[in-house]
Amino acid sequence: MKSDNANNANQKYAMPDEKGHFGVYGGKFVAETLMVPLEELQQAYDNYMQDPAFQKELDFELQQYVGRPSPLYYAERWSEQIGGAKIYLKREDLNHTGAHKVNNTVGQALLAKRMGKTRIIAETGAGQHGVASATVAARLGLECVVYMGAEDIQRQAMNVYRMKLLGATVVPVTSGSQTLKDALNEAMRDWVTNIDNTFYIIGTVAGPHPYPAMVRDFQAILGRESRQQILQHEGRLPDALVACIGGGSNAIGLFYPFIDDTEVQMVGVEAAGDGIETGRHAAALCAGDPGVLHGNRTYLIEDKNGQIIPTHSISAGLDYPGVGPEHAWLKDIGRAEYVSVTDTEALQGFHDLTRIEGILPALESSHAVAYTAKLAASMSKEQIIIMNLSGRGDKDIHTVATHEGIEL
Amino acid sequence: MSRIKQRFEQRLAAGKKVLIPYITAGDPKPETTVPLMHAMVEAGADIIELGVPFSDPMAEGPVIQKAMERALESGTSLTDVLDRVAEFRQTDMETPVVVMGYLNPIEVMGYREFADKATAAGVDGVLTVDIPPEEAEDYISAFKNKDLDPIFLVAPTTNDERMKLISSAGGGFVYYVSVKGVTGAGHLNTDEVSDKVEQIKSFTDLPVGVGFGIKDGDSARRVANVADAVVVGSAIVQRIEANASDSGKITLAVCELIKELRTAID
Repeated sequence: MKSDNANNANQKYAMPDEKGHFGVYGGKFVAETLMVPLEELQQAYDNYMQDPAFQKELDFELQQYVGRPSPLYYAERWSEQIGGAKIYLKREDLNHTGAHKVNNTVGQALLAKRMGKTRIIAETGAGQHGVASATVAARLGLECVVYMGAEDIQRQAMNVYRMKLLGATVVPVTSGSQTLKDALNEAMRDWVTNIDNTFYIIGTVAGPHPYPAMVRDFQAILGRESRQQILQHEGRLPDALVACIGGGSNAIGLFYPFIDDTEVQMVGVEAAGDGIETGRHAAALCAGDPGVLHGNRTYLIEDKNGQIIPTHSISAGLDYPGVGPEHAWLKDIGRAEYVSVTDTEALQGFHDLTRIEGILPALESSHAVAYTAKLAASMSKEQIIIMNLSGRGDKDIHTVATHEGIEL
Repeated sequence: MSRIKQRFEQRLAAGKKVLIPYITAGDPKPETTVPLMHAMVEAGADIIELGVPFSDPMAEGPVIQKAMERALESGTSLTDVLDRVAEFRQTDMETPVVVMGYLNPIEVMGYREFADKATAAGVDGVLTVDIPPEEAEDYISAFKNKDLDPIFLVAPTTNDERMKLISSAGGGFVYYVSVKGVTGAGHLNTDEVSDKVEQIKSFTDLPVGVGFGIKDGDSARRVANVADAVVVGSAIVQRIEANASDSGKITLAVCELIKELRTAID
């Protein structure tokens, strides 16, 4: 399949604006030291996205190294058991390194190399983005440092070891709540200190402009493939798209090429943790308020004084108090809807997909699984859902076992 | 005339430089802050920079991060910080106070409400780390017609074009971040600082203060030779941390450093 990584030229939807704003969201809320480096990044990005040689290299890497295109798989048995809409799974779990994250790290690492940077840094929650960054760093011979919350290091020991095997340095972050948001703070502090030789690969569609747009553009390949594949399989567009949302990169990757197709419903699934009413959740769009964090304005889980509140989700990758600014915008204009499912529901989804289809979903993706089951049940058999199976669940086996009182 | 402007004019006219120590409000306890502010003035501080604690202080090194965590644990909100300033103003109408922090608490309060409350409390300048002039249109306009200066940062990476922008958007003084990095880190290169201060001055009549990486009398003296003001944060906060259990010792330790800095720059 020939991919077209440049911005979708025919799209009417044209966000963000020049300053990186999605309506009131997005922007560049960073310390002065980063302003010029962000301008340089923007220029390099604009330049290379128009450069056929860069595009060719990126396409090659995505095809030969990542293994794209990933299949769009009809989950027939699961669809039949639910008895509603036909469910297709976009199999990002089959990518090299086991999740959608690598689409973006390949793109940013190639950009880093073109910009002459010799060192890359990354933040990680579940470890998937850290692994994907360490992987491309190994592939391109770049130094790699990954910041990871001390609590997440406990939950994701296997991915920590994978990163070390790949030659990365994993730095435990012990400040704040010791999770993904604190890892991002620490990565920003590293970047500001080592700006001359370092490229910061942000793993999601958050951060200051141009990151939300750049990460979206690198992830949009999965949505473009899905669009083409569903047309091949079914001869028409789907009725709904479903994806889980932490920062929102796998969701925006799926949604973006469909934004102008207003008949296609788009649903982002956030982590309700123990339940939104308990306050122990990570559902920024469903239960948060607008604010400014990590370089952009977006929905945040914050208290009445503007302090960020610790979040909770069984899935480390969704355990983040903010969300990409484009999702905030899509929520406000009503183009996408955002729902949430609890830890318990996600675990049920994890087991269902594993037993019924023989596919072990990541706990992040299991949130999308749980909501897809509900949505499909409310739809007719002629209708079609594409769900982004954003990552595989091998990394979560310990978490699931521990949660269920099983010692491995 | 604003208190900040007046203070710079007085000191510079007397051939002296301006000393700006930083503490985080509410660190380690809410009741520590105001007495410490008065004691610092007594020991030779010209302007007080008062930190508003934030849960995610991205530009701070470990020392000020921990100070902000202590202040949050002691229950300090933006409203509390403004209350501390009002309390300080009951007996000190002369010393300018600059509040330093991150945008989100101000954003959640609302720019206009913040500007009204800060002015009423007696705040003179506001330094918000994560709002560059490009994003600051509404923020600056909320400060208009009030004696409240928006203070912006200039960094080693700032180019001429941005210096122009920052000079036209900002008030009070220009705060030059002397090293690439977080607060309390890095090695100070006085020659580089000197060049940069000169460059800033070619774009603005505002005085230039220099902060980040000034730890003691010696580094303060070297910076004072090339800048109008010297900002010292982590070195002071470290003394608060080391004596956190005893407010009497905090005052002694902090004032000892301020006297050393004062002597060094005069």
